[in-house]
Amino acid sequence: MLWQTVRLAVQAIFRNALRSILTVLGVVIGVAAVIAMVTVGQGSTEQVTSDVAKLGTNLLMVRPGQAQQGPQPGNPASAFNLRDVEAIATQLASVRAAAPADTRTMTVILGDQNHATQVVGTDSAYLTARDIPVVLGRSFYESELRSGAAVCLLGQTVRKELFGSGDPLGQSFRIKSISCRVIGVMAEQGVSTFGTDQDDFVLIPIRTFQRRIAGNADVTMIYVSVRDGVDTGVAKSQIESLLRERRHIGPGEEDDFNVFDMKQVATILTGITAVLTGLLSAVAAVSLLVGGIGIMNIMLVSVTERTREIGIRLAIGAQEGQVLLQFLVEAIVLSLLGGLLGILLGLGLAAIAAALMKIPFSPNPLVILLAFGFSAAVGVVFGYFPARRAARLDPIEALRHQ
Amino acid sequence: MSADAPLIALERITKTYGMGDAMVRALDGVDLTIAAGDFVAIMGPSGSGKSTTMNILGCLDTPTSGHYRFKGVDVSGLNRDQRALLRRHYIGFVFQGYNLLPRTSALENVEMPLLYKGMAHDERRALALDALDKVGLADRAGHDPSELSGGQQQRVAIARAIVGRPAVIMADEPTGNLDTARSHEIMELLTRFNTEDGITIVMVTHEPDVAVFAHRQIHFLDGRIARDGATVEAV
Ligand SMILES: Nc1ncnc2c1ncn2[C@@H]1O[C@H](COP(=O)(O)OP(=O)(O)OP(=O)(O)O)[C@@H](O)[C@H]1O
Ligand SMILES: [Mg+2]
Repeated sequence: MLWQTVRLAVQAIFRNALRSILTVLGVVIGVAAVIAMVTVGQGSTEQVTSDVAKLGTNLLMVRPGQAQQGPQPGNPASAFNLRDVEAIATQLASVRAAAPADTRTMTVILGDQNHATQVVGTDSAYLTARDIPVVLGRSFYESELRSGAAVCLLGQTVRKELFGSGDPLGQSFRIKSISCRVIGVMAEQGVSTFGTDQDDFVLIPIRTFQRRIAGNADVTMIYVSVRDGVDTGVAKSQIESLLRERRHIGPGEEDDFNVFDMKQVATILTGITAVLTGLLSAVAAVSLLVGGIGIMNIMLVSVTERTREIGIRLAIGAQEGQVLLQFLVEAIVLSLLGGLLGILLGLGLAAIAAALMKIPFSPNPLVILLAFGFSAAVGVVFGYFPARRAARLDPIEALRHQ
Repeated sequence: MSADAPLIALERITKTYGMGDAMVRALDGVDLTIAAGDFVAIMGPSGSGKSTTMNILGCLDTPTSGHYRFKGVDVSGLNRDQRALLRRHYIGFVFQGYNLLPRTSALENVEMPLLYKGMAHDERRALALDALDKVGLADRAGHDPSELSGGQQQRVAIARAIVGRPAVIMADEPTGNLDTARSHEIMELLTRFNTEDGITIVMVTHEPDVAVFAHRQIHFLDGRIARDGATVEAV
């Protein structure tokens, strides 16, 4: 009987295919919005998580200046120096590696090739702290670091720009007036959440950088990687107190530097994603509501149009519940159809968005199931009133209806 | 249900519509007994209460007062769903306007009552085809009502009425939309189901040449039975 009822409903729906599709458009859009949003949201969360993991979830970045942005009152905070880095690396047990860094955007030149890139002065700890393997050649020797030799490690993008598919090892190119010899190439990092190319950089020894590019002894950033199993929060406060001491900051004074925990990025981004998902879910809910009202409207029209049919069924011996079920099933089948179309559309949109945004396409079966259930619920809620109206028709009047 | 009770017994049935000044007394004390196997024609002028009586007999409507015993059981107080069950199992309907479901094949139309009886698909199919065969439309099983003539549609409607082997068929002006030849075909069918299958037939008609097919003619006037007697054979 139920199967019959479903078949009947499907027949009734396809008898008026165009109208049915227009009717369920609201549900289609609502469900598609939910599915697309959640899928894209999930994909970008995964992307962020893997980006952060790539950067190192136990990575801290120490910079001079206060945490808040904008112009700082009073004197600009002084940079760090190499002894600060050494103190962090050697005095704190929670620290696995600490790398100094100073960065400039510069043009690198080889023959008639030139390319603007980030030149980072640092040391071997940089590779440890940021967990970047050297895939070709080697890292810096201690002697090269100490003497400030003109040697460098290339990111994949710079390698491609300057050397194409050729072997860069042992070759030299120019950074400003420095002729720099390539000793290694770093593994590919890919594109970050923010769309920046993380392979577009060159590493040179920090002393080389200070002496021949910056012309000072500054370290403008310290990368610190925390030992496994150590809470980054603990390491952060240890670094803070060590640096306060080294920079002679009195007990009542604010830090003139800040320690940035990569985990914060993840938290912020996840937060943004959650807010966006919430907002769009609200839009989707409204859309589903509108869709439901559309279904109710068309079901009421359908009941009126089919008054005589209902009269015939009642005369022949259909009970109230059976007529109710017939129209309810029709509304449910209709909205499930809308739900199904919405899921397909939503997944399609999400797949396109994922491809454009270069994030993983990760459909969530639970959400799909939920959307399906939700569209069934829309059918029940908004189909009930018209179905009840049909079921309560007086058979004599219904039969007389033209 | 007692075996010797008449199939249908109406006692002092009244039916009023509306209230106060606008009140219409459609039936005004109708007593009527119909035995199982009878073939009854109800006649009378327009507005005399024929359809109202048929609706009460068919359990589509309830009387304002009085008693209706069906197979000895008082059914005047049954609720909607109970009346639906009664109709489902004992009563077949034939209407003036055929009342087939549009865009639904003849076969599916005939199957419909069996669907509500909860019968399995194959059995339903077989019985419906058999019923269509009995009205001479086995070859039209797959046709929609819109592809059938009026007479054919009414035959499909008769097949739908008899497919569930009802005790009685209620036919309100079954030939009202048909010409004489077609009307006689319909009456011959009803006569056959009456004599061969023992189905009681209650029929409203305006036409004397249709009424003669019945064994008994009841004349209504102003909501009362004015005359009730056996059909006098013209031969
Ligand atoms: N639902 C209703 N509301 C009000 N009055 C009604 C209703 N149904 C029937 N009547 C009235 O009851 C009376 C009997 O109607 P009924 O339909 O039984 O007549 P009838 O004998 O079938 O007439 P006809 O030959 O025209 O079909 C009429 O006066 C009619 O106007
Ligand atoms: Mg009438």
